[in-house]
Amino acid sequence: MRPFTFTQSQDVDTAVQEVSKEGAKFIAGGTNLLDLMKIDVMSPSHLVDITQIALDTIEETEAGGIRLGALAKNADTAYHELVETRYPLLSHAILAGATAQLRNMATDGGNLLQRTRCYYFYDTHTPCNKREPGSGCSAIQGYNRDLAILGTSEHCIATHPSDMCVALAALEATVQVTGKNGARSIPFANFHRLPGDTPHLDSNLQPDEIITAIELPANGFATHYTYLKLRDRASYAFALVSVAAALELEGNTVKEARIALGGVAHKPWRVPQAEALLHGQQATRENFQKVAEAYLEGAKGFGHNDFKIELAKRAIVRALEQATKKEATA
Amino acid sequence: MNTQNSLGAETAVRPLLPETRTVTLRVNGTTHQLQLAPWTSVLDALREHLQLTGTKKGCDHGQCGACTVLLNGKRINSCLTLAVMQENKEITTVEGLAQNGELHPVQQAFIDHDAFQCGYCTPGQICSVIGLVNEGKAKTLDDIKDLMSGNVCRCGAYVNIVKVAQEALEKNTGL
Repeated sequence: MRPFTFTQSQDVDTAVQEVSKEGAKFIAGGTNLLDLMKIDVMSPSHLVDITQIALDTIEETEAGGIRLGALAKNADTAYHELVETRYPLLSHAILAGATAQLRNMATDGGNLLQRTRCYYFYDTHTPCNKREPGSGCSAIQGYNRDLAILGTSEHCIATHPSDMCVALAALEATVQVTGKNGARSIPFANFHRLPGDTPHLDSNLQPDEIITAIELPANGFATHYTYLKLRDRASYAFALVSVAAALELEGNTVKEARIALGGVAHKPWRVPQAEALLHGQQATRENFQKVAEAYLEGAKGFGHNDFKIELAKRAIVRALEQATKKEATA
Repeated sequence: MNTQNSLGAETAVRPLLPETRTVTLRVNGTTHQLQLAPWTSVLDALREHLQLTGTKKGCDHGQCGACTVLLNGKRINSCLTLAVMQENKEITTVEGLAQNGELHPVQQAFIDHDAFQCGYCTPGQICSVIGLVNEGKAKTLDDIKDLMSGNVCRCGAYVNIVKVAQEALEKNTGL
């Protein structure tokens, strides 16, 4: 690992000042950052330890939702009583990712800021526009089985690796951040970016900003939900396709439907106008198939990952059927 | 605070030689003061500075679990955390499990169930099983397999490792 200098911040304001220095990065759980520093994909010259700041509380909000402190551990979040009972979709999604060891270390804020697991991003011997802007994308013509089919650009077909974020997208969380210019709230749909011609930027978080919390609205869709993750092994593998599905049903009529896809794009993928096709409709396989078709409109494979288009459609139908029947996981 | 490198480009100041600081680590009930560079992982601090080589370096990327230790009773990958960030927390390694010359019940269970071959993954597996018990979330065989997926055994002793975990959960042999 390249040498770096190190400081610890005790409060948000100091942390924001420290991270504004040239070459500085925050470190919290460290599970992704240190991994990438060891192979020189990321090489900050200064690390700011934020784990001593009191941002690890999980609590109810005045609006009836919950607030996850940015430094709450993934495991503590997934197993928290409020999350398990009122936001079980989030709990299941978190537990579908990584390992017990990693979930005990990784923080909620850090989960949002995970970098892609695209093989070429990790391989410093190959061009990668995300790692080295302007160098080219090795994945488009290369081995791309794990990579994106939606929202791609000619510069990057990386996917966002998080399971947690797929649930947060479906639940319409907001991300609370603080920077030099004060605090702001970012709707989850606007937090991560599509690659476009700036694939080196994963999110709209500014370099001087720190995530302080993730807030969830009151409706946790705790009755009809599922997190369906399809992958090459049953545990500790990234999603080929994942679906967070949540339904509000009145009898068999859909009042509200939320669907977010993981493993298929540079950000958790939502198509609200496709979800709306279900509103007021019967929760039937036929209607779910229509939504699945609409969700994958414009999807484009790159050879090795062509199968994901059909897989994603079938996964959406299955996830919605499981959610209807109150089958939480697969 | 920028300098010019040999090509004339501006780069952030980066220390070239190990710049150490005093780090206080609590390991197996003993407090140690070490002079460490900030980039020293807990794993390297244990192995290279405290000569506690029971904790193994497998992949050094959090994928294999050979470096698993307990931090305040919970399992972590010691390769993916900096020693300087874990001051004054209770770190327990495989060396800290036996008490008064008696193996920890999970250590004994690994012998009883023939749950290892080469033994390289075993210290991490033992710590991980104890963490599994401490965390109290495994109820079924499938839970055990899922919650132990962070520990790879290249010899393939999984069947017997799962038996150890089942026994440890039944007897509640945590830390």
